[in-house]
Parts: sequence; C-alpha cells; structure tokens
Amino acid sequence: MIAFRNVTHGYGDGPLLSDVSLTLPPGSFHFLTGPSGAGKSTFLKLCYRELMPIAGTVEIFGQDVSHMSRDAVAMARRKIGVVHQDCQFLDHLPLADNVALPLTVAGREANPEELKELLAWVGLSGHARARPPSLSGGERQRAALARAVITAPEMVLADEPTGNLDWDMSQRLLTLLVELNRMGKTILIATHDMNLIRTAKSQVAARVLRIRDRTVQHAGADL
Amino acid sequence: MKAPLPRKFRLFGRDTRTDRVVPPSGAAAWLTLLTAAAMAFLAVFALALSVATGRLADRWSEALANGATVRISAPADQMATQTQRVLDILSVTPGVETARALDPAETQALLSPWFGPDLPVASLPIPQLIDIQETPQGFDAEGLRLRLSAEVPGATLDDHQRWRRPLVAAADRMRMLGLISLALIGAAMAAMVTLAAMAALSANGQVIRTLRLIGARDGYVARAFVRRFTTRTLTGAAAGTAVAMTAIALMPSAGDAGGFLTDIAFQGAEWLWPLTIPPLAAIVAFVATRTAALRSLRTVL
Ligand SMILES: Nc1ncnc2c1ncn2[C@@H]1O[C@H](COP(=O)(O)OP(=O)(O)O)[C@@H](O)[C@H]1O
Ligand SMILES: [Mg+2]
Repeated sequence: MIAFRNVTHGYGDGPLLSDVSLTLPPGSFHFLTGPSGAGKSTFLKLCYRELMPIAGTVEIFGQDVSHMSRDAVAMARRKIGVVHQDCQFLDHLPLADNVALPLTVAGREANPEELKELLAWVGLSGHARARPPSLSGGERQRAALARAVITAPEMVLADEPTGNLDWDMSQRLLTLLVELNRMGKTILIATHDMNLIRTAKSQVAARVLRIRDRTVQHAGADL
Repeated sequence: MKAPLPRKFRLFGRDTRTDRVVPPSGAAAWLTLLTAAAMAFLAVFALALSVATGRLADRWSEALANGATVRISAPADQMATQTQRVLDILSVTPGVETARALDPAETQALLSPWFGPDLPVASLPIPQLIDIQETPQGFDAEGLRLRLSAEVPGATLDDHQRWRRPLVAAADRMRMLGLISLALIGAAMAAMVTLAAMAALSANGQVIRTLRLIGARDGYVARAFVRRFTTRTLTGAAAGTAVAMTAIALMPSAGDAGGFLTDIAFQGAEWLWPLTIPPLAAIVAFVATRTAALRSLRTVL
C-alpha cells in the first residue's frame, strides 16, 4: 500500500530521516512513536506526498510519488484519510461542510443522515454550524477525524489524534480506527500515548514503528 | 438528450458549492467589477471611434474616386484635337488610372440639373469633360496642370475633390488607432484581472493547500476562482457597455451640419458590435484567471 525504499528527508540542516525502507501492507495497523521532533509528522507527510523524498522512492498504491501527475496525486489522496496534527480546516465554512469537504471536492454529495450520525459519533452534533476557529483543540481533532473517515478511505493516517482528547474520547476514536481496520483499511497512527498503543494491541494485531537514529524501525516487544 | 458541457466551461450552473470553498473576497470582487465596467465603457467609445472614422474614410475615398476632371473649352473645330491631345497626355501621366472623354449624353445628364433637360448640348459651346480615375497613389496635380497649360491652351484641370486625400489618410489612421486602443484595453483588462486573481490566490494559499491535501484536483480549485472572476467581469462589462451605448444613443444630433462629431455613433447593424464586448471580456477574464490559477497551483504539492 505504501512502500519506502532508502528514503531520506530533511529540512536543510542535515537529514532528519535517512535510508528508511519499509512497507505498510494493505490491512495493516501500525503505530509510529518517537520523541517530539524525531520526524513523525514528516514521515506521515511523505506517505501522502505533502513532502517528497530527497533521495530514495516512496510508492503510494504502487505508484512512485515522484512520477505521479498532479491529478493522480489528487486521486491517491482521496483514498487516504488524514488527521493532520494542525487540523487544516477552511475557517470560513461551518464544521459540517468542512467534514464533508473530501466528498465535495470529489464531486460527491454527502448523505445528510450519515453526516449527522458521524458528527454525533465524534460528539460534535451541537457544533455542526460552528466555524472551526471557535472550537477547542479537542473538538477540532475530533472533527479532523470525522473528515478523514467520511469517504471510507483505503487508508487512514492520524498524526497524534489523541493529543487533546480525554481518555474516554481517545478510546472511542481508537474503536473507530480498529473497526475500520477490521473492514480491511490500512491504519497508521503517530502517537506518544502508550496507553493507547496497549489498548489497541489488545484488540488488533497492531505493530509499532519507532523513529530512532534517523531511521524508522519495527519496535520489539519492549514497550 | 443534451450532453452537459465539460465542467471546466460550466460557469453559470448552480454549482455554488464549488464557489463556497473559496472565501468571499470583498475588495477584489468590487475592484474587478468596477475595472471591467470602466474598460468596457472605454472599449465602446474606442469601437465607436473606429466605426465612425472607418465610415468617414469610406465615404471620402468614394468622393475621391469620383476623382478629377479636365474641362476643355475650345472653338468647335479644335475641340476634337485638343481632347485627343489631353487624353494622350493623361495616358502617360503617372498616377492616372483611366481617363475618358464624356460623350454628349453624359454631359447633358450632368448639366440638366442646372439647365433643364431640354438643353441643346450639340448647338451650344459646352465644354468637353474628361473624367480621370486616379490610382491610389494619385497624380501630381501641379505638374499635370503646368503641362496642360503649356500644351493644350483650352484645358483646365479641376481637382476640387483632391483636398480630401490627406483626410482619408487621417481617417484611416484614426480607425487604426481606435483598433489599437481596443487591443490595449483588452490587454489592460487581462492584466488587471490577472492581478486581482493573483491577489485572491495568494490570499487563499492556506485554503488551496487544504483543498489539495484532501484530494481536490487543480481543475476544481482553479474553477472556484475562474467562475468568480469570469462572472464578475461579465457583469461589470455588461454594465459598462450598457451605459456607454446609452450615452452614445443619447448623443444630441446636430443633423447634417454636425459632420464628423455627430458621426461618432453606431448606425443600424453597427449597434451589434458593442454587444460583443461583454462576452469578449468574459473570455479574457476566463483565460487570464485560469492561467494565473494553474500557475500558482503548481507551487503547491
Ligand atoms: N517545514 C519545516 N521546515 C524546517 N524544519 C521543519 C519543518 N517541519 C518540521 N521541521 C523540523 O523537523 C523536525 C521534525 O519535525 P516533525 O516531523 O514535525 O517531528 P514530530 O512530528 O516527530 O514531532 C523538527 O525539528 C522540526 O522543527
Ligand atoms: Mg508531529
């Protein structure tokens, strides 16, 4: 589904990630951990081509990202739901429209019942008409998750999705991702939250990737 | 069943959702509208000037085409030889395309408005007339006059229409200037719409990045901007054109005495010309905005 081969990336002063090779097979469930500033967000951005590798190749759905047309990139992104760390909403549109936006840009109609149900599920029923800037960090994160899954994408990438959530809501979110994984979707979650990882491991065959010494490795059982 | 237009060209459908993904851009919207109206207004006048000067040039060169005449007043027995002599001279004068002696019937037709149809041309000492058609370059009137007075004493060159020649050239030039003005107005409008679109695009950089990240194609993002600027330009240009056409239609008529001044107007089917300005403006805006949008999108991954 996503394959890294000898990928290097950095922002100028030396590489942040170097010589990363790994694959995320379809239907897999991965966590990505590492200290703050290690490059978790960078790794995720490489996965949906918000960043391009400096060296090596990244393949998304079997296509080399450096040889994809701009429309092909758009089509690939429609199959990947992303919960961005900084959420990225259109501040002039109400929350419900923001959540439905991946459907809108794909020329599809959001089913109002399903949209309402999804908003209720992430606990945002009362905020459907609210503008994103008026929401709290946790509310924005839940909305970002709703937006990431509204198209039932092949893959969900979540960048510290529980950073601003209480434990109850974190578990709810995890339940949704586990459920999507059972439907065959590929999941990758960047997080520090060890409790979350442990809870997930009791529900699915989740594997843990760790960023250490500028590379991404499978962590052992030593969590 | 009618096939729907490709989406790229669907500017006026009720696809308001596409529009709403870009926040409303207050000032840029009004400026585009105002600019389009002002430019269309100017374009209508430039067009009127071109049309009027074109008409004038046509009329004056028609008068010129009636060209010059040589009038021969000679005793009856010398008339034929002098006429032949003048025709010979004219046939070797550069700038003379044709020269033809009018026969008595034609002369009578020319004179009858003044003397009535019963004029006995044959029995009166009526001068012989020779009609000259010039080439576009024209002939050297002074030279011809000198030569005629030296060789054919009874011949007089009458070139009273020739004073119009520089006017025709001026009118032609004026028409050209009008057309160049139209082209410049079009270019200025393209530049201004491009600037306004670029301002809107860079003010919405974050919106564009977000749309791309959730899977919007370039065409979708571009369309949101293109629709706005095209419809605004069309609206503004329609208003400007309407005002200018009204102003021209209401121009006080000075009748025949007005001459060129009151000629700066459209006549009959010419009124259709200014109607092409709003759609042309919309096409200019469409191309300018789409180009600007696609170019700025290329900087977003
Ligand atoms: N656009 C950028 N330009 C320059 N440096 C950046 C940029 N984005 C991230 N960095 C730096 O790269 C490092 C890793 O960032 P990030 O991938 O966000 O880490 P993490 O998500 O693991 O906290 C940090 O030191 C950060 O300051
Ligand atoms: Mg991060």
